[in-house]
Amino acid sequence: MKLSGAEILIQELIKQGVEIIFGYPGGYVIDIYDALYENTQKINHILTAHEQGAAFAADAYSRVSGKVGVVLATGGPGATNLITGIANAYLDSVPVVFITGNVAVPMLGQDSFQDIDIVGVTLPIVKHSYVVRDVNDLQQTIIDAFEIANSGRKGPVHIDIPKDVQKTACEYISDKANKNILKIEDKNQDICLAGINEAVKLILNSKQPYIYCGGGVTASNTGDELIELSKMLGAPIGMSMMGIGAVPGSYELNLGMSGMHGRYASNMTKSEADLIIALGIRFSDRATGAASKYSNDTKIIHIDIDKAEIGKNIYTDVSINGDLKEILPKLIEGLKKEKLIPNKKWIEAINSHKKQDNKPKNDDFSPENIINSISNHFDKNTIVTTDVGQHQMWTAQYYGFEKPRTFISSGGLGAMGYGMGAAIGACFAYNKKRTLLITGDGSFGMNLTELATAVSHSLPITIILINNNSLGMVRQWQTLFFHKHYSSTTLDRRTDFPALAKAFGADGIVVSNLTELDKALTNSPVDSPYIIECKIDIDEQVLPMIPPGVGVSGMIL
Amino acid sequence: MEKFTVGIIVSNHFGVLNRVAGLYAKRGYNIDSLAVGETDDPKYSRMTIVSTGDDYTRNQVVEQLKKLQDVKMVVLLENDKSVSIEHMLVKLKLDNESKAEISEFINSYSGNVMDFGEDFITAEISGNAEKIERFIKAAKEIGILEICRSGLISLSQGKNAW
Repeated sequence: MKLSGAEILIQELIKQGVEIIFGYPGGYVIDIYDALYENTQKINHILTAHEQGAAFAADAYSRVSGKVGVVLATGGPGATNLITGIANAYLDSVPVVFITGNVAVPMLGQDSFQDIDIVGVTLPIVKHSYVVRDVNDLQQTIIDAFEIANSGRKGPVHIDIPKDVQKTACEYISDKANKNILKIEDKNQDICLAGINEAVKLILNSKQPYIYCGGGVTASNTGDELIELSKMLGAPIGMSMMGIGAVPGSYELNLGMSGMHGRYASNMTKSEADLIIALGIRFSDRATGAASKYSNDTKIIHIDIDKAEIGKNIYTDVSINGDLKEILPKLIEGLKKEKLIPNKKWIEAINSHKKQDNKPKNDDFSPENIINSISNHFDKNTIVTTDVGQHQMWTAQYYGFEKPRTFISSGGLGAMGYGMGAAIGACFAYNKKRTLLITGDGSFGMNLTELATAVSHSLPITIILINNNSLGMVRQWQTLFFHKHYSSTTLDRRTDFPALAKAFGADGIVVSNLTELDKALTNSPVDSPYIIECKIDIDEQVLPMIPPGVGVSGMIL
Repeated sequence: MEKFTVGIIVSNHFGVLNRVAGLYAKRGYNIDSLAVGETDDPKYSRMTIVSTGDDYTRNQVVEQLKKLQDVKMVVLLENDKSVSIEHMLVKLKLDNESKAEISEFINSYSGNVMDFGEDFITAEISGNAEKIERFIKAAKEIGILEICRSGLISLSQGKNAW
């Protein structure tokens, strides 16, 4: 069967199981949109207000559903608008296939209209990328792209398809098989048994073990194995922001996030541990703090699917490279043969640290109470997206996440503006059920145009806008480290958010206490986004905080 | 900080050099020399890259390179377990009195004269880094007009590939 490049693309996407694409049309993808037009029953295309919103939506769709996200944009500005979204997926290892159109092959590199070497631009922020110059390569390229994006350490793959390639017809083989193009590193490997034996030995010698859980635990779906390990060893679990949700927040030994804005107990326990069992984590600076402040006596076991992460940011005593889904059962099996006696004193020490986290609270309209109220209001399947900044950290600290893939946030890149697009993608992945966006006035301002998209699709996104009239995270640093020089962080914008929501065809309300907040959450419409603006004091801070370069002893409470 | 050499087999298509070089650039690892050419199978090229760094850098370079989809194989070519050579073309300044002397100098390095005229001579020299450096030092005394080095190329010792 002969099909045009554009038709081959759409047929192959359908075959890959793609049900939804986020994108924005333009001159160099008209052929693809024409092929989409013929297949709207099989693929749902969501038109966003900006390509960046589409990129964030596909990213969040993937995080929630576990499937590969797909983005479609035109060349030139359409493609360059994707860059922050590509970088976001890259740093958080999210499988997204980005498809861009481009000028015809003979025009490439001629500085033709909207001619950008977008594959050149995105080189350092993709897992892999392609320029398809020959339509005969197109089908295989799409198959490979999906496999690469979703294997090993997942990540974004970019396919650039010049306009003439979209138009040219060639033979389409509907049952084309995979060519097994995966790198050895990404295939299932024989797990190094020696590494597991060494890990068992270190664990047996440890009196104060600490399990350090990263996004890899969610990616490999090994939360249950983690809890089993934790119970066997009497080891608490702390996590990076990306690890949140992998293990229920209510699990008694889950101490929550550690790192720069981690919880007190989680950080203190990590600093006192004699063994850190790090799983699916890359010891980023924000999560780890100063690696040099780790005690020399603390042993580290590092298990990760990406071999290049082992020894990259921190020295490890034992490392195992591979998929947690295969390694953890083997490790647990190895430990079951041994006599394990959880250390009661260690648990007591942890419980005493937890008291600091569980200080009695008053009922004022503080960020902590706001997040707690939201957390108590919704069932635990509800997807919570955030933007980036103080509200994000408060959400990470105080929201009670019980299920994997319910906390959707820009981790590695820390991209303000992520939230609105992400909420849209998450809401689609969650069958258009109630989805939350917890955001701030700064972040929301970046991509609020996506309200239009949410309205068009009647998405029940409840937007809790925590408004402190400033770029709070930077202000906090200015307060603490820059002599209160509030340089360009005070937002004198006077935006009327409920009116703004109305202008977009949605609605909104300002609340000033917890009772009003709860009522507004209840009253959120089922078929439209809704802004709930919570005005808080400009000087609220995210605490605890471990300033950069110091250990837990420098923690500000 | 020591020099280290990696041999890399990559897919032979456009953009691959960018990906490999970009990986060095991203982490700020300087490339001291880079040589690249097609292998016996035109689908693949082979690169030899000499760089400087400690054990950590070396390990990171190799592991990060292995992750690139277009990279098929990476091998660290240790000095004592590999054979290496570099080619160089040098254009030297000449005056009549020194012609015979310079020809002899080039011969003493097993070099070949590729081109000459009234007031210049272009020589080809091959050898390990130490020999090349030694030649350059001596040639500076004569007067170097222009120089072009191929960068080191390297294979593992023994019969086995890699």
